[in-house]
Amino acid sequence: MSDHHNTDDSGPAARVKALEALLTEKGLIDPGAIDAIVDTYETRVGPRNGARVVAKAWTDPAYRKRLIADATSAVAELGFAGPEGGHLVAVENTERVHNLVVCTLCSCYPWPVLGLPPVWYKSFAYRSRAVSDPRGVLEDFGLELPREVEVRVWDSSAEIRYLVIPQRPKGTARMSEDELAAIVTRDSMVGVAKVEAPRA
Amino acid sequence: MGGMDGFGPVVREQNEPVFHADWERRAYALVSFAIRAANVNIDEFRHAIERIPPARYLASNYYERWLAAVETLLVEHGVVTREELLAKQDAAIDPELIANAIAARGPAPVKDKPGSKPPRARFAKGARVRARNLNPAGHTRIPRYVRGKSGVIARDWGVFVFPDTNAHHAGTKPQHCYSVAFDARELWGKSTKAHSGDRVYIDLWEDYLEPIASNSKPKAAKRAKAHHTGRY
Repeated sequence: MSDHHNTDDSGPAARVKALEALLTEKGLIDPGAIDAIVDTYETRVGPRNGARVVAKAWTDPAYRKRLIADATSAVAELGFAGPEGGHLVAVENTERVHNLVVCTLCSCYPWPVLGLPPVWYKSFAYRSRAVSDPRGVLEDFGLELPREVEVRVWDSSAEIRYLVIPQRPKGTARMSEDELAAIVTRDSMVGVAKVEAPRA
Repeated sequence: MGGMDGFGPVVREQNEPVFHADWERRAYALVSFAIRAANVNIDEFRHAIERIPPARYLASNYYERWLAAVETLLVEHGVVTREELLAKQDAAIDPELIANAIAARGPAPVKDKPGSKPPRARFAKGARVRARNLNPAGHTRIPRYVRGKSGVIARDWGVFVFPDTNAHHAGTKPQHCYSVAFDARELWGKSTKAHSGDRVYIDLWEDYLEPIASNSKPKAAKRAKAHHTGRY
């Protein structure tokens, strides 16, 4: 029935097409700029950025200090900045402390260092349980933490965006910064995984 | 959503692409332009997502929620009409139209930090505070699971625009925002999942917090003591 027809009835693909065409027609958007944004987040901004930050922090004690004191500036030193990166904070995993990042309210995520969030980070399962059962969530990822390790969950409820500095794995003393950056995973920088040393 | 039960385990997708469909790509990029064109601030955008009817919210994926929010805001701000949107959805899209589009314009994004005279911080690091039991009708960034709970100021992040008013264009009300540490047991009680010593750090604006007098013991500690000594 036509009186039930509203914008939600159509599939998202048709709705996005209509919206893009309408805004283009009104001169409010430039599809070329849309393409540029898509390309930026699909190919250029992603967890490789964060991995470079972590590898530098592992190999350069002065940089690690700066990163912990003011992550926004330290990350900008490597050329990473932009939306959702205006107030970055780095939290460091140690033998005694394990940090885990979530946004229970929506899906806030440090875009300039990790790119756009994966589906699991945006899932209701993660958003609901990461605060009430963080150790259970870590087990979903195959990570079991000893009781004596303190779990710190960071709920990104304001404008601060968190980057976890994972522990540098043993057996990596001879690896270069670039080699180290290659083993740092996105999941380890959200706090749901540890970084593993490459098998010899 | 913090603390809700029943969503099952977290499932991780192997080799996950950044976008799962072409419309997700376009929607993601469109939103940043559209909210600028409509002079929408980030808090207002978040509130528009929260206003999606709950059943629909839960049935939608992330970018569908963005799309629904941006459609709502563009119509509410008079940038487009619902009829125009519907007409476009029914009509075939002319690719020429998109290819020949003119450059983007629109007002500058809303500044998210105030300029002058930052207000003084009411709370110092280490101060005991309670998250107020607030249940506002509009937008808020105080998670439901922390309301009424006691914690400790861990860090002062500085001054930020207050989302509860900013979302409704009722002023930026700049104020300090703090990282507040809450013990897992204070938030979730004596559950097997809440380990004593584990903490949740929540970023909370000053208006969400009230002081706890320094001579009064935290509620949780009092209760625990009463329990152990058998008194009540």
